[in-house]
This record gives sequence, structure tokens and C-alpha cells, in this order.
Amino acid sequence: MPDDRDLLDTQSSDGMLANRIPMTAATDEAILDMQSPAVDPDGEPLKRKPFGVLFWFAVGFISIVVLSAVLANLLPLQNPDFGNYSSLNQAPSGAHLLGTDDLGRDLLARLVFGARVSLIVGFVGVLIGLVFGGTAGLVSGYRGGRLDIALNAVSFIILAFPAIVAVIAIVTFWGASLVHITIILGVATIPLMYRVIRASSLSFAQRDFVIAAKTMGATNTRIVLREILPNVIPVMVTFSLITVAGLIVIEGTLAFLGLSVPLPTPSWGNMINEGTANNALSTDPWIMLWPALFMFLLLWSINLIGDRLRQRFDIREGVL
Amino acid sequence: MAKYLLRRFLQLIVVSFIISVLVFLLVHLLPGDPTTQILGANDTAANRAILLKQLGLNLPLWHQYTVWLNAAFHGNLGTSYLNHFTVTHILATGAPVSIELIIISQFIAFSVAVPLALVVSRKPNKGLDNISTTTTFGLLALPPFVVAPILVAVFAVGLGWFPATGYTPINQNLAQNIHEMILPSLAITAGSIAVYFRLLRSDLITTLQQDFITMARSKGLSNRRIMWRHAFRPSSFSLLAAAGINIGSLIAGTFVVEALFAMPGIGYALVQAVEQRDYLVVQGISLVVAIAFVIIQFIIDFIFTIVDPRVVRE
Repeated sequence: MPDDRDLLDTQSSDGMLANRIPMTAATDEAILDMQSPAVDPDGEPLKRKPFGVLFWFAVGFISIVVLSAVLANLLPLQNPDFGNYSSLNQAPSGAHLLGTDDLGRDLLARLVFGARVSLIVGFVGVLIGLVFGGTAGLVSGYRGGRLDIALNAVSFIILAFPAIVAVIAIVTFWGASLVHITIILGVATIPLMYRVIRASSLSFAQRDFVIAAKTMGATNTRIVLREILPNVIPVMVTFSLITVAGLIVIEGTLAFLGLSVPLPTPSWGNMINEGTANNALSTDPWIMLWPALFMFLLLWSINLIGDRLRQRFDIREGVL
Repeated sequence: MAKYLLRRFLQLIVVSFIISVLVFLLVHLLPGDPTTQILGANDTAANRAILLKQLGLNLPLWHQYTVWLNAAFHGNLGTSYLNHFTVTHILATGAPVSIELIIISQFIAFSVAVPLALVVSRKPNKGLDNISTTTTFGLLALPPFVVAPILVAVFAVGLGWFPATGYTPINQNLAQNIHEMILPSLAITAGSIAVYFRLLRSDLITTLQQDFITMARSKGLSNRRIMWRHAFRPSSFSLLAAAGINIGSLIAGTFVVEALFAMPGIGYALVQAVEQRDYLVVQGISLVVAIAFVIIQFIIDFIFTIVDPRVVRE
């Protein structure tokens, strides 16, 4: 077993790889990319790079999307499922700020309600992964032994399976509802979270402050919660954000294939799909354009926040 | 090295076996009954029972599994319940389409990402580097289901440079085939370009600070030689690993573009089979895709031992 911290120094500092692979196999390299020691080895004060304008723009955009999705019922929006047959395929106007689709439904309302699907799947899914995978990784990285070997083997086998295939099969047989999809994608996140948090937990398990706590008679529970967990949190936060983006992409892919939340419930993926149907791309391209634009901005914002937080936690970047 | 590869190969066998069990259970433990699809919702229970018996679906699960696996070893993955094509036929017609999509997209990705990374890594955080880093960061937020419709709207509908849908087999008309392949391949390329460029760039920057590069410089070697002969190889490990892992998201990508561009690939066949509860087709395609995925990881591991012989000693 190579020392994880040695590996760490030879790894590239670009963590974005994980963004593309949330549901597939993760090598230890990819995981260790996310790893970042919370202390400066030379004991020098860290020079903090300011977050910058783009970071705050991303935070602002996500806040607006989240707030409007939560408060959608209170906002002065039209009924997202109401088709007004006297105003089909209208371009953006005063009556319909973003226009209407081929059934005369208001695109702004559908966009706002559709955001709920992406946000719930992304954030609740990752929460499921964190609660189960994170806990298992924290404990098994610290304890080691047979539990660690067994969980490791299981996680490798699950990650060897291309998850999109499994997800498509399960969704269709079990029935596509928001709850089902969130659970399936959440469960699919568990082995990935496990591997990332385990690698991080392992790298702290033999550090002096943990040994000190042990010799002072601290219980295992206390060591995991008070000594290891706080050090793992930076990795946890950045990796969770990247995984949220990954889950949103997978839900969008399913929705685009017509395998996610059934119509007429709007989601950005099925809105893009509807915008490509019946030659709409040539006659009414904005039907596809709005959800595509918002999907891009949401993913970009989440990635950017994750990336900037990683830079903030990562001391190697400062040397570069 | 042989020992290392042998160990990895044994792992490959074990994982493939477990995958076959998982695929089988996945399809059989889930609710949904193919008899409803074949006979319609209104047929009698007796007819249903006869059909279940004909299809062998009344046997115990483990028995069904051994029958299926035994046949699979003999190259027989069963026949579709609905259109009576054999699963191997569906795979044989679909695979060339999907594989060609992936190959073209990866060819584009590498020929953009590698030269760009080699150029910008020599002057990090300068003009061109900043532009390409920012652009590729944007590409990461463009999954195929977002890019593909935009490409169609702009290049097929708007400018009319490429056909919006359609597929011509490669052996019928090569030029036509490539012409139709370009947009779908581009749609799944965006993410690959971003990932490969960013990994190679940051590894190259690290490598270029090493002593042996200074040594090469002081020997008076040309920049081109330093970049390709000295810096590229030790910087390509993450890139290789990423290429292997990326196959997973490429599979998802091909599903999307095959659906949008009406290309008769494996992904399209799988999505259709799932919708129609065509058990054996779903089972067969999932098995082959999953095992192909594992084999690709194995091949990447093999390339790793050539590029970086140190992994064998571990």
C-alpha cells in the first residue's frame, strides 16, 4: 500500500476530471486529486487569493435559481402546465417573457418549476451519497482492517459498471418519478463518495494529532468526529459540488431521452428534448435555447464554485 | 510485468463474472413483465403462463442465469421478444456506429487538447493560456444533450453545412458517412477536450519545473524536442487515466446523440429495448457494454505499464 501523501505530491492539481466521471470508475489518482492537506507543511501563513467577480456571479446565479425554484408557487408565474392554444410557439414578449412552447405553455414558468427537478436530484442525491458513502469512508479509512478491504472491493466492482446503463434500466423498470430518480442517483453516488472520503480519511488516520488523541484516551467516535472529520471537510465540500453537477448532467441526459420525470412536469432536460422535436429547432429555436442556457450557467456556476473552493483549500496551487 | 498484467487480467475475469450476475439480477428483480408487452394488457392469465414457460421465465432464477450464461459463452445472447432479431445481430449492427462516434470524437479531442496544452504550458498564466483555460472551463458545463441541439440549430438548420439526421453505413459511402458523423461526434467531444487539456496542462507545468528539463535546456535541445521527448511522457499519466475513465461518460453521450441524430447505434437500441421491456436485449447489451468498459480499463492499464514502468513494481 503506497503512502497516499506521497502519491498526492505527484498528482496533478486539476480536480476537474472528477466532474466528468461522477458515475463511472474512479481511480485513486482522480480521488487524490481532490485531496488537499488542510495545513501548510512549512507553517507559513497561507496567501489567500480573492475569490473574484466570477465567483460571486456564480454564487448569485445559483442563489437566484434556488430561491425562485423554492418560492415558485408564490411568484407571479403562469401555470407551467397550462397550454394556451391561442398562443402557440410565441417568441418572447411582454405577455410571455421567454415565449411559449408548442402547446402554448409559458416557458418562464416551466423553466422555474423545471429547476426544481435538477436541484432536488443534484443536492438530495449527493446528500444520500454523503450520509452513507461518506460515513462508511470516514470510518473505514480510519479503522482499516477487514471492513476496509471488503468495502474497498465492493466499491471497485460497483464502479467498474458503467452507471448510465444501470440507471437507465432501473429507472425504466421501477418507474420514473422524482423520488425514484433521486434515490437511484443518490445510491449510485455512494461508492464514489466512499472512495473519496476514505482516501482522505486514510491520509489523516496516522497523523501525529490523531495518535496524540489516541494516547490521551479519546474514544474512536470522538477521534473520527473531532479529529478526522474537520480535516476531511474541505475535500468533502469540493467533491460534493462537482458531484452535484455530475448528477444534474445525468438527470438531464435521462430527461432528454424521455426516461426521467414524466411529462407534463417540466425539467430542463425534457424541455430541451421538446425543443428539438417536430422541427422546432428550425422554426422556434428559443424553446430549446432557454433551458440549454440555464443548464449551462448552472453547471458552470457549480463547477466554478467548486474549483475556487478547491484552490482556496489547496496549498499546492499557491506554489505553482 | 507479466505478473502484474496477469493479476490485472484475473481481476478482469472476476469483475466480468460479477457484472454478468448484476446485469442478470438487475433485469430480473425489477418489476415489469415481458408477457404484457408481447400479448398486450388484456390477454388471459393462462396464455401468459404458457408464454412464460416458452420463454423459460418460469424456471428458478439461478437456473435461468446458468442457461443464459452458458448460451452467452457460445455466442448466443438470445433473441428479442419483440422483433425477433438476435441480440448478437443487434449488437453487430449497432456497435460500428457507436464505436465510430467514440473514435472520431476522441480523435478530435486529442488533436485539439494535446497540442494546445503543449503550447500554453510553456507560458502559464499568460494570454493564450488564460483564454484556453477559461474556454475549456466553459466546455465542462456543456453536456452532450445541451451541445447537440445547439450544433444542429446552428450548423444543420441555420447554415446547412451538415445533415441534421441520418446515417449511411461506412462501407456504402465513406465521405457521406464522415459528413454525417461530424456533428454527433463534436457534440460528445466538448467534455473530453476540456478534461484532457486541463489535466495535461497542469501536469506539464509541474514537469517543466523539474531539474531534468533544466538539464535538457542547458544541453541546448530545441524546445520542440524538450516538449515531446522529455516533458510529454512523464506528464501523460493523468491524461491516460482520464481517457479510460472518460469512456463512461462517452457511452452516455452516444445514447444522447444517437437518439437526437437518429443513428442506429447500441445506445439507441438499448434505450428502445428498455422502454419495451425487451429483457434479453437489455441484458445482452448491458453485459457487452459493461464488459467492454472493463476491458478498456485493462487496456489503459497495459498502456500505463509501457509509459510508466514504475507501476509494475508497486
